[in-house]
Amino acid sequence: MAIKSPEDLKKIKDEALEEATARINDGTQIMVGMGTCGIAAGAREVMAAIMEEVGKRNLKIAISWTGCIGMCEQEVLVDVIRPGEKRITYGKVTPQVVPRIITEHVINGNIVEDYVVGKLD
Amino acid sequence: MQIYRGHVLVCAGTGCVASGSRNVQAEMEKQLEAFNLDKEIKLVETGCHGFCEMGPIVIVYPEGIFYCRVQPEDVKEIVEEHLLKGRPVKRLLFKNQITEEMVPHYKDIDFYKKQNRIVLGNCGFINPENIKEYIARDGYEALAKALTQMTPEQVIEEIKAAGLRGRGGGGFPTGLKWEFARKAPGDKKYVICNADEGDPCAFMDRSILEGDPHALIEGMAIAAYAIGSDEGYIYVRAEYPLAIKRLKIAIAQAHELGLLGEDIFGSGFNFKLNIKEGAGAFVCGEETALIASIEGRRGEPRVRPPFPANKGLWGKPSNVNNVETFANVPRIIARGSQWFADMGTEKSKGTKVFALTGKVKNTGLAEVTMGITLREIIYDIGGGIIDDKKYKAVQIGGPSGGCIPEELLDLPIDYDSLISAGAMMGSGGLVVMDEDTCMVELARFFLNFTQMESCGKCTPCREGTKIMLDILERITKGEGKEGDIELLQSLAETIKSTSLCGLGQTAPNPVLSTLRYFRDEYEAHIKDKRCPAGACTALASYRILEDKCIGCTSCARVCPAKAISGEVKKPHKIDPAKCIKCGACIETCKFNAIVKQ
Amino acid sequence: MGKCCCGNTCQDSRLTEILEEYKGKEGVLIPVLQRAQEIKGYLPEKTIRAIADFFNKPYSEVYGVATFYAQFRLQPSGENTIRVCAGTACHVRGGKAILDKVCSELNIAPGGTSADGKFSLEPVACLGACGLAPVMMINDTTYGRLTPEKIPEILAKY
Repeated sequence: MAIKSPEDLKKIKDEALEEATARINDGTQIMVGMGTCGIAAGAREVMAAIMEEVGKRNLKIAISWTGCIGMCEQEVLVDVIRPGEKRITYGKVTPQVVPRIITEHVINGNIVEDYVVGKLD
Repeated sequence: MQIYRGHVLVCAGTGCVASGSRNVQAEMEKQLEAFNLDKEIKLVETGCHGFCEMGPIVIVYPEGIFYCRVQPEDVKEIVEEHLLKGRPVKRLLFKNQITEEMVPHYKDIDFYKKQNRIVLGNCGFINPENIKEYIARDGYEALAKALTQMTPEQVIEEIKAAGLRGRGGGGFPTGLKWEFARKAPGDKKYVICNADEGDPCAFMDRSILEGDPHALIEGMAIAAYAIGSDEGYIYVRAEYPLAIKRLKIAIAQAHELGLLGEDIFGSGFNFKLNIKEGAGAFVCGEETALIASIEGRRGEPRVRPPFPANKGLWGKPSNVNNVETFANVPRIIARGSQWFADMGTEKSKGTKVFALTGKVKNTGLAEVTMGITLREIIYDIGGGIIDDKKYKAVQIGGPSGGCIPEELLDLPIDYDSLISAGAMMGSGGLVVMDEDTCMVELARFFLNFTQMESCGKCTPCREGTKIMLDILERITKGEGKEGDIELLQSLAETIKSTSLCGLGQTAPNPVLSTLRYFRDEYEAHIKDKRCPAGACTALASYRILEDKCIGCTSCARVCPAKAISGEVKKPHKIDPAKCIKCGACIETCKFNAIVKQ
Repeated sequence: MGKCCCGNTCQDSRLTEILEEYKGKEGVLIPVLQRAQEIKGYLPEKTIRAIADFFNKPYSEVYGVATFYAQFRLQPSGENTIRVCAGTACHVRGGKAILDKVCSELNIAPGGTSADGKFSLEPVACLGACGLAPVMMINDTTYGRLTPEKIPEILAKY
């Protein structure tokens, strides 16, 4: 596609930004516990669901992963960090819960209290 | 749209490629596939991070974990431990030289902490072979703004107000240069980029070309719009094959998206870019010589005026700037002149990229705000002198510059302070020297360089540098005589004031500045036939310490001149008359029984 | 493939192809010489004359350009080209010892070609890999953080 106006450039930029969210993002982070226990509890499937949901909704957020957090019986653990807000840890997350966490918390800022296992400053 | 949860950046700049990053990248691709992560983790090839000392460099996002000196055999561990399980591989992290602590994050490494990376902001962060990554980082927005919202005069005013000065040598105000070219009569004008980075040990332009080629292209297009040109040339050294390759890809991609070519952004502005490969001549960094070389002639400078702004390439008005200068332009247009003018000192605005090399712990590219002190660059960013030896001087500005001694380390650096200290900004090479470097020998080294690179057109440079070199060679061989220093000084003044171009006019600078700060070293060579740094071979003498020599005979066996004699198990002796001072005996002695004086 | 003066299709026809490509264009002498040098690795007098004739320039002018730039060689070079960096950073970090070692290993002087025709040693002002000083380049591969002891091992690869 040839760029013919600043608006065309903006379109290409938006596309490019999506591909680069791991490096360029708005500061929101979703973190999945991917230690051995997390993976055994289905962290990979949760991760896949998060990636799909974020891709579908065109969000500029970083998805990352961490090792074992130490609350193995609560796996799969997912952290959501919005800039300037508390770090929220969700437990026993399944792929089915992911769309709720994304729409309610990540996009609209309302914590999904049913699954919260911890809040950190 | 494919979303990736992580990006693995592998540096493919010249430095890292030389230390093996290609193999690391190939292994990474293999391992990501083996662990089924290739759909989740994106592998990105980037340009230079400027920290070549630590190469090959691998950075993992979103965390920004910085791995250094990664070898192919380390890759599996990174993939399995970090990318799969989320545990960074500690042993590959950067280690703080002083506190011995491991520093996982890119941003926290001392080398980067004190820097202000604007021109280098994209280098090592984006894939230079993918125009979209540049666009994601606001790329080409400045060009869009200039073409659709600004007149050429406004663009020039903006650059003038920012106070941008040429980053390649003299520091001439860029906006003013553009204005001359704009006002010069003529319907065909050229924009030329000097990417013939010839100063030994300056490699910031290479890094920009390899790591962020679109910044240069965008800057040149804005310049072309400002001066009323529709065609540009990039004159790049043939010694930079990777830079040439990336530039070609970048130009083709910009054409494809209509960011080069005709009617850019529907504004009616046309711009076409050509690449010219240099053929190896330092003097081609001088703008009139560079133009002669693009025209296919010997790269000899000519008398100015007429300046290229009026009579340049093919006799048409032309504007020549270097890579770093052009790379600053899109940032200034996008963020405004005030933002730029707020950085730096009164007369030197913005940042400057320095290539920090020599006897310093962290070598690499450092982009710093003008006005920073040399001490901060060498000790805070550079981590100090290797083996904690004593700092002696830093050569700044390459063969045209001068050296700065310890007492001036706290001098805030900008164009003007360096000139008054007898050096110059030049292209920004900073070569750090310790107590083992002989300053007379260093002056000889630079004179040898400029003498070889003198184009031969004007007499003061061609003959004068030769005579100066002869004198310096004599002095370093211990054949200096009374009056040599005065003769050097008078030759230097004559060459400075009567040479045709910048190469000749600045060639004596290394001699003048070493004489200014290290005259005692010259005197020791001439009067006492002694090299205080112990670097000049001809003035050195070797001696065996009787109490340490155990008579193992290995030195005698290795001596090519058969200058060492002695009985087995008894201290040996060196015959100074036969000794050729090659140093082979010192290297072979296991008992530190031989000393060089 | 065109035929050359000797009646055979030989290397000269490649030169003709290159010349035709640049016919009528301005300022192309340096790229033409660069391309022509790729044929044999150097520029024989015959080649320089043919280029001068083709562009209708005096031989002296083309010869002048060919001798001005460090990249052009008028003598055949070895199979592999070694460039030992003589930049300032390499100089202060012991580049001279690397050069000396290469010279003694191959028994050649800077600018020369080894007796077996395997290596040519060319001077170069800077390779731009100063962070890894001292460095050298063999053909397109750069070797960094060198010590004299590493040289024989590297040369043995070629």
